[in-house]
Amino acid sequence: MAKHIDIRKFTGFRAIAVLCLFLLYAPLIVVSVYSFNDSISITTWGGFSLRWYEDVFFGPEAPKFKQAAINSLTIAIGAAVASTAIATAAATAMLRAGKFKGKSFSFMLINLPLMVPEIVTAVATLIFFSAIGFVSGYMTILVAHIVFCIPFAYLPIAARMQSIEPFYEQAALDLYATRFQAFRMILLPLMAPGILSGFLLAFIISLDDFIITNFVKGAGVETLPTAIFGAVKLGIKPNVMAISTLLLLVSVVFVTLSYLVGRMGENTEK
Amino acid sequence: MAGPQLKSTDTDNSNYAGLGPWLLLPSWLVIGFFLVLPVGLMLIYSFLTKEFRGGVVWDFSPAAYDQFFFDRGLFGDSAPTIELTYISIFWRSIWQAAVATILCLLIGFPTAWFIATKTGSNRTIWLFLITIPYWVNLLIRTISMKFLIRDNGPLNELLLSIGLISEPIHMINTNFAVQLGLFYSYLPFMVLPIYASVERYNFALSEAAADLYATKWVTLTKIILPVVKPGVIAGCILVFVPSLGAFLAPDLLGGAKNFMIGSLIEEQFKGNAGNWPFGAAASMILLSMVLVILTIYARQQVKAGDR
Repeated sequence: MAKHIDIRKFTGFRAIAVLCLFLLYAPLIVVSVYSFNDSISITTWGGFSLRWYEDVFFGPEAPKFKQAAINSLTIAIGAAVASTAIATAAATAMLRAGKFKGKSFSFMLINLPLMVPEIVTAVATLIFFSAIGFVSGYMTILVAHIVFCIPFAYLPIAARMQSIEPFYEQAALDLYATRFQAFRMILLPLMAPGILSGFLLAFIISLDDFIITNFVKGAGVETLPTAIFGAVKLGIKPNVMAISTLLLLVSVVFVTLSYLVGRMGENTEK
Repeated sequence: MAGPQLKSTDTDNSNYAGLGPWLLLPSWLVIGFFLVLPVGLMLIYSFLTKEFRGGVVWDFSPAAYDQFFFDRGLFGDSAPTIELTYISIFWRSIWQAAVATILCLLIGFPTAWFIATKTGSNRTIWLFLITIPYWVNLLIRTISMKFLIRDNGPLNELLLSIGLISEPIHMINTNFAVQLGLFYSYLPFMVLPIYASVERYNFALSEAAADLYATKWVTLTKIILPVVKPGVIAGCILVFVPSLGAFLAPDLLGGAKNFMIGSLIEEQFKGNAGNWPFGAAASMILLSMVLVILTIYARQQVKAGDR
């Protein structure tokens, strides 16, 4: 070669990657910064202040946001627990139970919530609940959330289980452990990081959902996203930015946790 | 969609042989009862007659689909002509989703390539930074974008203050705002699958091309792109499909003039003015479109696997 060419580099790709990061973060950073704005007008900067955070927790709308936060949190925990349990059982069947009838069909079924557009799931669920006379509210949201959280919980759990050799449980079985004992005392502890990151994923996905919740919630019950959406319809107010920033922080903490748990899992394999 | 692959030849993994159906029973029941059954019911509802206060009357008719595709005049007795209102909303959605996909590809491919050619902890950090926004509430991201691009928002103020523009650019409630919102919503979906493809790319191919005096551009279009095509296609589908039925970006950033499928469907179920059978029919049409795309994709995958 006449001159050395770095085949891995393309001119401009680094700049585009930096631009990509900038585009992803700029809106979030701007809103976070403006949530500390002292001014009532959202346009002009009036100095640093925590007044809008105070407003979120103690202001006139505080009870509404508090109730919405409690609903969001309990629904997310409930949906994450249920979908993680269902997904763990499903992953054990798919990866540890040999061949059986309906296996590939089951794989498709588990991933179905990912393939149906959210708005279609929302419409179908609303129609279904109204047809069977299931009164819209807290329970309808919870049930709907469990359904779409299953594939998200399943992915990390199945990925983890696939990386665990079946020999450990076989050894236990050879030593006269029952299959339940082998599962509970060998497979489940080895699976812990996968199950935890599945749980965290499902939790975040449930916490994030707007469209499906908006359709099935009925009157009176609000989650944080639907409450925020309702508030934003009247214009973006500073307290909405404060609450958004808080929710942003929760997401970042959870993703970081999930990531660290995942790395912990990788380290125990070696 | 891209789940862990099943090893069908692996006979060792049968410690719980015979229990498979029992362990899957909860998934079957929950998804079957609360997703498959509802979609079936939605299909039935799309052939029912609307009731005036929302809800349906159990009278079978293709009226909803007829309303979607045909115009029969004010009193319903003129000769049917093609109704363009709803078809054009669908067409606009396809167009908006396509533009968003192209924008994502233009930014996402170089980014994915850049990350995949990094090494060690640098790469991990970049990947992590790209993933975080995906986990941030979509509603909050859309609101942030709306805040940023308002007429007197921070972006316009910045551009005004550095003298790049003399009066604010009107962006909110335009087609462009919706495209930007969709792009912003689903950009990580484009980066991650392309990254996964590039990571497995064998750089010896590029070296061979360079040795044979191929320019970088030729190497990119003739060697690299065909090899990483599966990742690019997966990324495009992951952006296009959710964009098609998106509700938040068009609703918050587009306003009433830039209606998309999601808003059309939502309106049919809001309050008493809605039309459930029509909403169900529009949902069925959207679902069919998505299933066609996914089926074509799956076929391609199978074909590629055979080769």
